[in-house]
Amino acid sequence: MVKVVQVGTAPPTPPKPTGFRGWLNKRLPVDEFVDTQLTGYYAPKNFNIWYYFGSLALLVLVMQLVTGIFLTMFYKVGEATAFDSVEYIMREVEWGWLIRYLHSTGASAFFIVVYLHMFRGMLYGSYKAPRELLWLFGMAVYLALMAEAFLGYVLPWGNMSFWGAQVIVNLFSTIPAIGPGLVEWIRGDYGIADATLNRFFALHVVAVPLALLLLVMLHLVALRQNGSSNPDGIEIKDKVGPDGKPLDGIPFHPYYTIKDVVGVGVFFVLFSIIVFFVPTFGGLFLEAPNFEPANPLSTPEHIAPVWYFTPYYAILRAVPDQKIGALLMFLSVAVFLFLPWLDRSPVKSMRYRGWMSRLALGIFAVTFLVLMYLGLQPAEGLYVLLARIFTILYFAFFLLMPFYTRFEKTKPVPERVTYHAHA
Amino acid sequence: MRMLKPALLIALLAVSGGAFAAGGHGGEGAPWSNWHAANSTTSTPSLQRGAANFAGYCQGCHSLKYMRYSRMAEDLGIPADQLDKLLLPAGHKATDYIMSTMPPADAEAWFGKAPPDLSLMVRARGADYVYQFLKGFYLDPAKPTGVDNVRLAGTAMPHVLSELEGVKHIVFKASEHHEGSAAPAEKVFDRFELVSPGHLKPEEYDEFVRDTVNFLDYVSEPAQNKRRALGVWVVLFLLVFTWFAWLLKKEYWKEVH
Amino acid sequence: MADSGVITDGEGDVDLSRRKFLTAATVATGAIGAVFVATPFVASWRPSERARAMGAPTELDVSKLEPGQMTIVNWRKQPIYVVRRTPEMVKGLPSHDGALKDPKSESSDQPEYAKNEMRAVKADFLVLVGTCTHLGCLPKARFDAGNTAPELGADWPGGFFCPCHGSKFDLAGRVFNGSPASVNLRVPPYSFADERTLVIGVDANEKGVA
Repeated sequence: MVKVVQVGTAPPTPPKPTGFRGWLNKRLPVDEFVDTQLTGYYAPKNFNIWYYFGSLALLVLVMQLVTGIFLTMFYKVGEATAFDSVEYIMREVEWGWLIRYLHSTGASAFFIVVYLHMFRGMLYGSYKAPRELLWLFGMAVYLALMAEAFLGYVLPWGNMSFWGAQVIVNLFSTIPAIGPGLVEWIRGDYGIADATLNRFFALHVVAVPLALLLLVMLHLVALRQNGSSNPDGIEIKDKVGPDGKPLDGIPFHPYYTIKDVVGVGVFFVLFSIIVFFVPTFGGLFLEAPNFEPANPLSTPEHIAPVWYFTPYYAILRAVPDQKIGALLMFLSVAVFLFLPWLDRSPVKSMRYRGWMSRLALGIFAVTFLVLMYLGLQPAEGLYVLLARIFTILYFAFFLLMPFYTRFEKTKPVPERVTYHAHA
Repeated sequence: MRMLKPALLIALLAVSGGAFAAGGHGGEGAPWSNWHAANSTTSTPSLQRGAANFAGYCQGCHSLKYMRYSRMAEDLGIPADQLDKLLLPAGHKATDYIMSTMPPADAEAWFGKAPPDLSLMVRARGADYVYQFLKGFYLDPAKPTGVDNVRLAGTAMPHVLSELEGVKHIVFKASEHHEGSAAPAEKVFDRFELVSPGHLKPEEYDEFVRDTVNFLDYVSEPAQNKRRALGVWVVLFLLVFTWFAWLLKKEYWKEVH
Repeated sequence: MADSGVITDGEGDVDLSRRKFLTAATVATGAIGAVFVATPFVASWRPSERARAMGAPTELDVSKLEPGQMTIVNWRKQPIYVVRRTPEMVKGLPSHDGALKDPKSESSDQPEYAKNEMRAVKADFLVLVGTCTHLGCLPKARFDAGNTAPELGADWPGGFFCPCHGSKFDLAGRVFNGSPASVNLRVPPYSFADERTLVIGVDANEKGVA
């Protein structure tokens, strides 16, 4: 047989490793993983500050899992024991106070990171084709996260745990026909009770974390399928070099592994400042009424969900009718799912869109924050009017999007990514 | 657009900043809602005095069910023999939780409401609340206890500290009656007037209350001093680590053009 | 201007050594940080304050204990045997050193003040951790000397018999030859607060919690 050597093809494969590495690689694709997912995976070189939050979200997930597992070692579920067991952790378990604060601060940190991560998607059109499924899996992670946070908040069985559960579970009664029966089924009793606490514990510790892990994995696989987008919104795979690698790409390892480590460091500095100096964060991360045990006979003065839910809570309260308010609140979360199809812009990144898209996104960001603030306030006076105005703005952002994205004048998209060498 | 993240952070910090402010001393002349505890848990003598205050005046009705005598003694530097002599009730071990001697059933019968456990009172309602409550009792013959409280109107608690603070009388500002309105004139708080003095002068009573609030703050979260002290080292360490990581990142990214 | 995103100039040793140093510095700091992070989690498994409080010293009024009688109390979740030995029991202790694996208690666990032939502070009170040093069963009292039960063997001087695997101990808790257990029964820290009060958990030579 004549051996034909072709010029200009891929470089020859390196010799197979021997010894332990060889033994391992015959049984587990370790080297292949490193070659294809780390050193051989090319990511756009123009990632900016908005691109830290994905890896940070993964970090926070791991942290919540570890701290959560350790809390479960000392927490005692049950309406007679739960509150006391949390104080036991805070006072009598060695370093229990730290594990608890890591978990409670981690929950809020998770949402800060995830909201910034989602905002990046909206800034740069990361959800546009062919990454729609990536966005949908991400939204599924967000929904699971909201469920997980809600369930977790009930577990300390403080007064806000109880009344928060009462209000949110009662929302389901607005569903036509099946509502009231559904609520009783969720509760397992005629009011929020021990049965509810126990099942929420099982869901929070086992079921939803498993779902979260699965969804995060699917999210990462979907990401890998098309590779990451970038701030210029152009596909780096369209321009490859003679080695078959994108001209505007760099190997994930070592460049982004080390860059993400810096991101982790900065995150931990800010996170630690909160954990060690202001863990309650002025009552936003750990709410004062929750330092009193659950009391079915005494409602706290202001029942508000934790800050990360309050934009939707503001929308719920903006509508005088309970059923329509609940429906609108549900829609305000669901509408995110349609973003890849509402957005008709020929261009991905805000950098090259027209002024209408940029203005709309800016208004939306402000709207989200204003609604978040309003949701924390009592529903009276001027706040009610403002909540209504901003609810309209919130939906307008999505519902008008097919129009302003299609008809606005966009800027020309560059051929290659814009990159300035880092100092 | 790229300013958004730092702006977000600053906004978040600003909103919460107001909640952190300890505030200055309200002074007796200011409306009571501006009286700030300005408390801290860093003065061990203050915490010790607060512990003694609690044992002497509060423990008859209120418990601290999450706090052990031994833990309190360890954190506050109280030697075992002084703990036994001054703070530990007869028949109790140092490792016991600090319980009141009053049976809750009796308490409810006598006062209409069981005196609440105070372990978490400062975390649940705030140091200012407790401070204003302890300084807010005044004479009200219409009430079963003969007193009412500006911070918690209708409180079932009698004025146990009257022997120290003295007995006060509340004075309202003369307020305008709304034209043609049947509603009674609004009572706006003006000041308290001391009707009969207690064993302590006003400044001494104020210190008594502050010490007690500091102690209850400590009981609310015994680990707080250690938490803050450790935090300094943790943040410093992380800054060093991040600096190394950043230098390493810059080194590698020199190659990227 | 290079075609690809990365220039691999192979610029020279200066960069490489700086790179090595910075990598080492970062990794080392990170490793130290990882140990700091792991510490609270590992430490959280240690007995909590509640466990330590419940493991506080146990007091026992021994004036009610008759000579030849044993009582069992709980200390730190362990059964503690307190035996009021008769003078005959004490006298009989040195008589069978040859049948014991460790008559001088060289390799067993007891406080300094119990490392004597009586293995006790006061001769008439024996305080032992009632857990067989073989696999943890509770040895049964067989105090009567001369007991002819087959499992006790000939010339039984009195002591303890463990029903699980047949280990035998004398009236000072010392293990007999032929037993599966290899070490004498443990003596916990204890002291006498006064004539009648035995305090298990407080050492005889200091006042602190053991």
